[in-house]
Amino acid sequence: MNVPRFPGRLLWEQLRGAFSPAVIPVDLSQIATEENTMKDTDIRRLLYAHLLCIFSVILSTFIPSLFLEDFSVLETHLTWLCICSVSVTAVNLVFYLVVKPNPPSRRSSLSHKVGRFLKCCIYFLMSCFCFHVIFVLYGAPLIELALETFLFAVILSTFTTVPCLCLLGPNIKAWLRVFSRNGVTSIWENSLQITTISSFVGSWLGAFPIPLDWERPWQVWPISCTLGATFGYVAGLAVSPLWIYWNRKQLTYKNN
Amino acid sequence: MRLGAGTFAACCVAIEVLGVAIFLRGFFPAPVRSSSTTEHRAESPAPEPSAGASSNWTKLPPPLFGKVVIMLIDALRDDFVFGSKGVKFMPYVTYLVERGASHSFVAEAKPPTVTMPRIKALMTGSIPGFVDVIRNLNSPVLLEDNVLRQAKAAGKRVIFYGDETWVKLFPKHFVEYDGTTSFFVSDYTEVDNNVTRHLEKVLKREDWDLLILHYLGLDHIGHLSGPNSPLIGQKLSEMDGVLMKIHMALLSKEKEALLPSLLVLCGDHGMSETGSHGASSTEEVNTALVLISSAFERKPDPGFEQFKMSERLHGNWIKRYLEENSSEVLLNLGSKVLRQYLDALQTLSLSLSRQVVQYDMYSMAVGATLVLEVRLMGVGNGTKPLLFKVLALLLLSIPKALSPAAELDVPLSSPLFSLLFYLTILVLSAIHVVVCTSTESTCYFCSMPWLAAGGAMLLMSALLCAIVSALTKTVVSAKRVGKNPAPPSVRWSELDLLILLGTMGHILSLGASSFIEEEHQTWYFLVSTLCLALCQEVCRNHFLGSDGDPQCGLREEPGPEGAMLTMQDGAEGCAALEEDRTRAAASAFERLGSMEQRMVLASPWAVLCCCRLLRALNQTGVQGAHRPDLGHWLTSSDHKAALSVLAALSLLAVFLLVQRRCSPMSKVALALGLLGVYCYRAAIGNVMSPWQRGNSDISKGIVEARFVYVFVFGILFTGTKDLLRSQVAAIAIKARTVGLWEIYSGLVLLAALLLRPHNLPVLVSSLLVQTLMAKFVWKPLNHGVAEVTVMHYWFGQAFFYFQGNSNNIATVDVSAGFVGLERYVEVPAVFLTAFATYVGPVLWASHLVNYLSSESSSHSALRHACFCYALICSIPVSAYIILVTSLRYHLFIWSVFSPKLLYEGMRLFVTAAICVFFTAMDQTRLTKP
Repeated sequence: MNVPRFPGRLLWEQLRGAFSPAVIPVDLSQIATEENTMKDTDIRRLLYAHLLCIFSVILSTFIPSLFLEDFSVLETHLTWLCICSVSVTAVNLVFYLVVKPNPPSRRSSLSHKVGRFLKCCIYFLMSCFCFHVIFVLYGAPLIELALETFLFAVILSTFTTVPCLCLLGPNIKAWLRVFSRNGVTSIWENSLQITTISSFVGSWLGAFPIPLDWERPWQVWPISCTLGATFGYVAGLAVSPLWIYWNRKQLTYKNN
Repeated sequence: MRLGAGTFAACCVAIEVLGVAIFLRGFFPAPVRSSSTTEHRAESPAPEPSAGASSNWTKLPPPLFGKVVIMLIDALRDDFVFGSKGVKFMPYVTYLVERGASHSFVAEAKPPTVTMPRIKALMTGSIPGFVDVIRNLNSPVLLEDNVLRQAKAAGKRVIFYGDETWVKLFPKHFVEYDGTTSFFVSDYTEVDNNVTRHLEKVLKREDWDLLILHYLGLDHIGHLSGPNSPLIGQKLSEMDGVLMKIHMALLSKEKEALLPSLLVLCGDHGMSETGSHGASSTEEVNTALVLISSAFERKPDPGFEQFKMSERLHGNWIKRYLEENSSEVLLNLGSKVLRQYLDALQTLSLSLSRQVVQYDMYSMAVGATLVLEVRLMGVGNGTKPLLFKVLALLLLSIPKALSPAAELDVPLSSPLFSLLFYLTILVLSAIHVVVCTSTESTCYFCSMPWLAAGGAMLLMSALLCAIVSALTKTVVSAKRVGKNPAPPSVRWSELDLLILLGTMGHILSLGASSFIEEEHQTWYFLVSTLCLALCQEVCRNHFLGSDGDPQCGLREEPGPEGAMLTMQDGAEGCAALEEDRTRAAASAFERLGSMEQRMVLASPWAVLCCCRLLRALNQTGVQGAHRPDLGHWLTSSDHKAALSVLAALSLLAVFLLVQRRCSPMSKVALALGLLGVYCYRAAIGNVMSPWQRGNSDISKGIVEARFVYVFVFGILFTGTKDLLRSQVAAIAIKARTVGLWEIYSGLVLLAALLLRPHNLPVLVSSLLVQTLMAKFVWKPLNHGVAEVTVMHYWFGQAFFYFQGNSNNIATVDVSAGFVGLERYVEVPAVFLTAFATYVGPVLWASHLVNYLSSESSSHSALRHACFCYALICSIPVSAYIILVTSLRYHLFIWSVFSPKLLYEGMRLFVTAAICVFFTAMDQTRLTKP
């Protein structure tokens, strides 16, 4: 493998070491226990990663008020959306580069990587537009509040498409497999499934209070949905390691 | 006694209709008429407690005014007179209001803001009963005590010109009248000219005391193009001119007369931002009221403006003290005052709601608060157990009905339960006697003949017994099953889960008043989600089923991901079942061509787009009602050409979509009928007609409408004939399918006639969605009968709202009841209105029958569908009745919850009719060899 050496790669590997287990038992006679410990360490890494994501979401609500005047989640909602989206994407990317949960592909030339990256960007944009179209079909106003609707699409893509892209790459087949029943092959994919579905369900439920006549500021069109999506995402992040830990005995991921 | 599931469901729904009818009868008590006659008048001329308290009149007071002219302008909102529009277009009235001899007020109309109840309220001084809205169509003679009756009794001569409703309400009170029908909403000049043309003569004459003028034009303009149309200004100037004329005439007469005369300018209700009325928004409720007379000149009166001013000053005072003074004492004072205000508000609202409830009691029982509990007991007695039981019976029999046999054993003749039966009857009749004799109440259930009450009790106890026995049977069988190894738990697909959650969520949402007001949003949301879920299912079947072996399509994936996550909870059997279904669906998929597969993939999205377009057609509800929508754009007179083209295209599309399965005879009939529909719309002036240019005479279109009716009946008749023939002939199945489809197309033709032209796209897309879903979704994906039924129900509900309906009485399109009728005839008008309102659910249900009888292989499909349909329709109604009973002291009970209750009751009735139809179809199938 001819890997071009990035500056700072060393640092990443050190970081990676922090996440990876200290000792990996290699005794072939104890495959079962090894699998279990593998799983446990994986779950631990998953938990840390998710805590980091939750932390980034929380930070994105509090940190900007130090720099920006009049910043609040409800009043300057669009700014918050952008900041939250950027921070979650950044955390996901860093995490992807550090941990590399999926096996690296065989061809990894620079041009291939750049192509892959561009493809990811295109996929992200496409998913944003797709979500936008779906929101309009669901009844969002077509012309007015278009920017708000689009930013909602962006944040929902951040919560759902970006982790997918990081974990599975721009590979529609793999996505379909992960999101069909019984198609999950690792803890990472399982947690991905849970967070994605909970973000969707969160934004779906977020639409419920809109028709109520409470006249609260958060009932305006995209706000309740974005908040719902965020809560759903955070809940998914929090729940998925626990759920996997609870069900670790039942979950068997056979690699062929 | 063995019953088919369908028959059983139909019976249950029929009983439920009975229960709801009794409940409604108790819930909407018939108003007690204050039928005080002329001898009462001598003692208390004004039956107002506040006035009566201060003075104790024994003789008639001297009259204050010689002549009175009441000029009632329909939909005269307060800002048309007092706002900027008034200043601009009504200069004379503004002059009078500002410096003339007049009193001006903003009068608040109590909802329902519909003309007939409002006229009643104005004339009797009572709050309009809710039931009056229903009677708005057929206004009976007003029997209550009212101003006109007293005027007539006092020998005053009353002349009336204007809306015909008055003539119906007061048939013998006018010495002279000329009624104008308010039926042709598109006409806003003739209706008013018809009133104004009499003025010249009448104002010169001396032989009258009270002149009432009811101008309809403003309301018609509002309905046509909303309150911001330029036509409003013209109309207001016209009205201003009329008022000036009357005022001048009165002033010139006053010189000779002894007494001054009074001119009253008022509106019966306001106009919402869309131009309609009926609900209780501020714009609809506030109307202008100006009293003009030279008698007012002498007395300086603070009037409305000064009251406003003082109110504002007071508010400012508190605010200033709260904001500027940081002194603790003042702050405390301020907050104390604020708290007092809040307390006062709270008591006010509390007493208000109490009063409303009391008003209910009033009408129910004569003036006693004690009756309250009893009434509820009585009503509850009569109805709720009935409903509960029916529902419970339905619920208990779910597992049985969904079993393949679809035959139910309704246990009625068990000897053990006869004892229970007699006991229940005894207890119930004891309660009945106690309730009915304990107070001097006029509880409806008590006033019913004993035979009917006894019948109801008999029914209730029989149902109770049936439930108990069914319950014991279920328990016993469950025990027997419990000994066996546990049956495989049924695994829910995403779609089933969505259907379950959606139904439950809808029922829960009925508890919130704003969710009821915006119920269309719930259904749109559910239908969109349903489409997405279908899309997901289609995609899964397509992508996972298409690579080779569908069963292990996952294993074929390259790379290390060829494994499956298996839940090791022993659910092997159900996994196999699930896989079976997936495989069946996937193999059905395989058989389709590539073009069709693409259609399958695209059709949920097409349906979704259709729904989104329809959403923009009619904005309904409360929050969104004022938003501009396509429907209003189309109906405004500037876009008549667009509307004509759209209507023509829609009719063409209806023909293309419906004709494919009709017999040639009915094809021709359908084409002619649809042509007739267009002619009818052209005749009554809704669309442009291609053959008579510039000739804008508006007729009632009776000939054209009856022409269409002939074809509707013809098609329905051929359909029925085919159905009957299918029972005897050998080619049963085919004739039956054709017959059913012909009945369906007859209904479509009737719908095309009754729906307003801008709603024709709703009909087209309903047909389109039905075709798409049946051909590309339900058939290839092998959906179960229950799923298909629930989806039909959901789409039916969504189309009910797409058509512009809401849970508000005002949106019922009453004009449908007059299509092809010379005058109001009760039975056909009610039928036509009901059909036009419930077009969506009815068409979807009849499509369900068609789909199941032509596609489904299982012979019990129709029975299952009937059972599911009855169940899914009656669950919300039953839940809603319980909710309404528990929320009966809610502030919005009359404005939000009770219209919804009426709608639900009506829908249950429609459902019962549909279930009977289902059962009849099922029977024809049973008798088939």
